[in-house]
Amino acid sequence: MDKHEHIVRSYEEELAALNTKIAKMGGLAEQVVGQSIDALERRDPDLAEVTIKEDEVIDALEHEIEEQAIVMIARRQPMAYDLRQIMAALRISADLERIGDLGKNIGKRALAVVGEQQPKKLMLGLKHMGELALEQLKEVLDAFIERDADRALKVWYKDEEIDAMYNSLFRELLTYMMEDPRNIGLCTHLLFGAKNIERIGDHATNIAETVYFLVHGSAITDQRPKGDNTSSTPVPIRRPAE
Amino acid sequence: MNLAIHTDVREHEGPTVAPGRLDEKVAVRRLNFYYGAYRALADINVNLYANTVTAFIGPSGCGKSTLLRIVNRIYDLYPNQRAEGEIMLDGENILRPGQDLNLLRAKVGMVFQKPTPFPMTIYENIAFGVRLYENPSKADLDQRVEEALKRGALWDEVKDKLDASGLSLSGGQQQRLCIARTVAIKPEVILLDEPCSALDPISTAKIEELIDVLKRDYTIAIVTHNMQQAARTSDFTAFMYLGEMIEYGDTTQIFTNPKLERTQDYITGRFG
Repeated sequence: MDKHEHIVRSYEEELAALNTKIAKMGGLAEQVVGQSIDALERRDPDLAEVTIKEDEVIDALEHEIEEQAIVMIARRQPMAYDLRQIMAALRISADLERIGDLGKNIGKRALAVVGEQQPKKLMLGLKHMGELALEQLKEVLDAFIERDADRALKVWYKDEEIDAMYNSLFRELLTYMMEDPRNIGLCTHLLFGAKNIERIGDHATNIAETVYFLVHGSAITDQRPKGDNTSSTPVPIRRPAE
Repeated sequence: MNLAIHTDVREHEGPTVAPGRLDEKVAVRRLNFYYGAYRALADINVNLYANTVTAFIGPSGCGKSTLLRIVNRIYDLYPNQRAEGEIMLDGENILRPGQDLNLLRAKVGMVFQKPTPFPMTIYENIAFGVRLYENPSKADLDQRVEEALKRGALWDEVKDKLDASGLSLSGGQQQRLCIARTVAIKPEVILLDEPCSALDPISTAKIEELIDVLKRDYTIAIVTHNMQQAARTSDFTAFMYLGEMIEYGDTTQIFTNPKLERTQDYITGRFG
């Protein structure tokens, strides 16, 4: 979006710095999520360790953004679009920090399943889901940088697809576990991995909402289609044979 | 530091006033104003609603102060200045030729940028105006002075030195004296033209608190160059530029999500 520049140049520079930090944090979050899913798929403990380290950098950036935002509010008393930019930076950095944590968590799961036999089909499902979440994250970060509310809105609607994939993966994992109790350990880790990816999608939609607010000054009024219904999925209980 | 005033009265409503209960106290319609041949205001339409605060913002020379000066017809004191259009006060056009100016100025009080106490005692500063319009007994007058100084949040500071000169007070106190003086004659509308521009933050806070309290009984218009002050004190905000009304609306909306880019540029300090 084409806005006129501030008369006070240092104000302009501070806002630009805030945007740069968000972009940097977003890039790192993408990297952590991508690598941790790779690590889980390839059962690569070294890559998993790398993602855990990278998450620390994301946390540090969040602190920096928070500090800068507070200083700017105190010193500049931002109004209107400026105020929304600073609020957006605070909210997006919090979402990205959570995304980093979730990515790191997937990485930790990768460490836990090293050496386990993995059913190909399940891993493929998890990978697809991860790719979709990553794509959503990329899209929403681009929407933020370009201040493109329509693009953000598309991300917002698309989250339903991740939810749908999570549902089917959830059912599949249940089936595996019921088939053979020896699968339970691995499947639980994968289930948490899938849940983490689903949560990453949710944070991407949060960011989409923030971008929309940043551009239009009002919240999205439409009802978001909710696709995750695993919390109400009944688990068939087989009684042990007597 | 005495900040007790902050805890005094806090029953008034927040800045947003529910629409539908608004009562048009002053309605400015198609107002044009001329300094000689120069048109300083062009087709201004704006309302001042009863018991609300309306802030006028805009760069120097945009016509904010001119507009206030028309509402109590101070401009009549100067030759070659004329207004066209209507300003309705309770449904009556105050620009009509037969308007009693003394009566109008009793109803519409004004406080200026620089404190303008009369070179008299604090007591006389207040009593002087009251005597112009009424003929109260000594006891009644004492009562009115005390009441006005209390409304002006100045009583506690001056009650033991009412015979001291108004000029002996600090800038912030002088400004509150001027507000008390305005309030003493029981106006209906109060016009504040940059009332805090010469004051320190504590005095400014006291005046802002005063505005919050006074709006329960009066209709208030304030001209200010301080965006935060406009955002804090007003219910409605009007942004003027080069003699025109650019955007007028709910203060919360103007300062969080203005409709026009020109308003946005001005309040955020950008090149427009």
